Amino acid sequence: MSQAVSIEEAPLADAERMPAAVGPGRARARRRLLPGFRMTLGITLLYLGFMVLLPLSALALKASTMSGNVFWGTAASARALASYRLSFGASFAAAAVNAVFGLIVAWVLVRYRFPGKRLFDALIDLPFALPTAVAGIALTFLYSPRGWIGAILAKAGIEIAFTPVGVMVALTFIGLPFVVRTVQPVLEDLDREVEEAAACLGATGLQTFRRVIFPTVLPAVATGFALAFARALGEYGSVVFISGNMPMRTEIAPLLIVTRLEQYDYAGATAIAVVLLVSSFALLLLINGLQAWGARAERAEARS
Amino acid sequence: MGVDPNAAFARHWKKTHGQKVTIRQSHGGSGKQARAVIDGLEADVVTLALAYDIDALAEHGQLVPRDWQSKLPDRSSPYTSTIVFLVRKGNPKAIRDWGDLMKTGVLVVTPNPKTSGGARWNYLAAWAWALRKPGGSEASAEQFVRKLYANVPVLDSGARGSSTTFAQNGIGDVLLAWENEARLLVEQVGRDRLEIVIPSLSILAEPPVAVVTRNVERHGTGEVARAYLEYLYSEEAQRLVAKHFYRPRLESVARGLGRRFPPVQLVTVDEVFGGWQRAQRAHFADGGTFDRIYRPGGE
Repeated sequence: MSQAVSIEEAPLADAERMPAAVGPGRARARRRLLPGFRMTLGITLLYLGFMVLLPLSALALKASTMSGNVFWGTAASARALASYRLSFGASFAAAAVNAVFGLIVAWVLVRYRFPGKRLFDALIDLPFALPTAVAGIALTFLYSPRGWIGAILAKAGIEIAFTPVGVMVALTFIGLPFVVRTVQPVLEDLDREVEEAAACLGATGLQTFRRVIFPTVLPAVATGFALAFARALGEYGSVVFISGNMPMRTEIAPLLIVTRLEQYDYAGATAIAVVLLVSSFALLLLINGLQAWGARAERAEARS
Repeated sequence: MGVDPNAAFARHWKKTHGQKVTIRQSHGGSGKQARAVIDGLEADVVTLALAYDIDALAEHGQLVPRDWQSKLPDRSSPYTSTIVFLVRKGNPKAIRDWGDLMKTGVLVVTPNPKTSGGARWNYLAAWAWALRKPGGSEASAEQFVRKLYANVPVLDSGARGSSTTFAQNGIGDVLLAWENEARLLVEQVGRDRLEIVIPSLSILAEPPVAVVTRNVERHGTGEVARAYLEYLYSEEAQRLVAKHFYRPRLESVARGLGRRFPPVQLVTVDEVFGGWQRAQRAHFADGGTFDRIYRPGGE
């Protein structure tokens, strides 16, 4: 809901700041530029309600059939706790890796021209298109102790497949496009003149990056991070191949849900799902909140 | 050509009833398929990996009668299989029987019985061997499977995953598999790389079939659905299932294939475990023996 409102408000805020660019008078600019607020908000609410809230309510309803004791007995068992630790930890690590490298990849794709760039650009989306099970099998093939990469690492005593690191590798793979694709357009829109101005004012390259570029792309990086994180949390197909699924060690939370379903324990499956859902929602809210706070702080700094 | 029982049935039905049948299929893990039918997939018949999953159709949604298993011969399972070992060529770890699987240094690959219905047969076969061994008891059987699973480095979520782990990724010394899967894998990967070891005792894996009564009543397809399943018991179909490395029930077909299916002492889930419902409760439900193996600090 808040999103629908903010879309409406954004042009107004711009209009206020730059009245001349919008039209002849301030009074006209205050009027909505595009009609249909009620209709689009209505459609938004209906769509979100139908596509997101309805399935989630069904989930909550199913979970509510359990007594509190049974719910917590399932959702807070030692094995479930171990799986949350792994799922949240590996997803967070994978999203963090993607935030760093995604930014670099986006930078290269936007700023430089080189042969094969289009191909390279298309490659980024492959993790979206590939069935996740295929990704999981391919990664396991590479990283298992007999695999191409795994065999080399095994000599150094490093194990990837069938360890939490393997889980992270798979989650990094499937999450890569999110950061790249959210940062790319922002970098494209970034005015080079600002950088030139910074250079003219005597800023070093690092300073320009830190004080000019980074603050501009940070919200996009944060969004990409949040998307990659959320996607990783729910990922099942690719992870089950590389994780080894050892109870207490490499069992991800979605696997425990499937385990419950195999026993036709629908309520137990929902209990774990609800925990995942509520905590990821809280985390996403937190990330959004931090982003808004960062943007406000920046505006305040710019004004002073 | 000529190895597809569905096409063969369609021909058979055309000949006997003059109608064209189209068989639409959906494939997936046994439990997943059962849940899809419970959730409303309009299947007329189901062919699953274990009776427990068809029991679930009776329990959650009354889609089949509770006595579904007595509606067709041989406890409604037209063909069988068993659990065998697949080892690397030359059997370098000298694995001959279940007891060899708990030796230190032997890595065993088998799917997670909590997520793979088919893998529950693997677990039960191991348990049955330890129980039936001279001096075997429930306690010694639990001890045995505990040691066996301590040698399992990877618990894939399904049988296909385990085959990949063992055959493609080269993990482990022995793969526990359904005989038909093992035979198929040897054909695909090559006789020069893998070989099959038949243990002294194994379990009779009985994948069951059933007409989904509630759905055929609505579709008016009861007759053809039942005929389809009955056809699986016919000589023609039994030959076809044998081509897919399932053990045929029909004596006349099985006799001609003696060499193809080496004799092995087989026990059934009903004999040893008192049926699937009890096996599931004791071993695979929450807090069952399988969970105890992996309980933190439980070793």
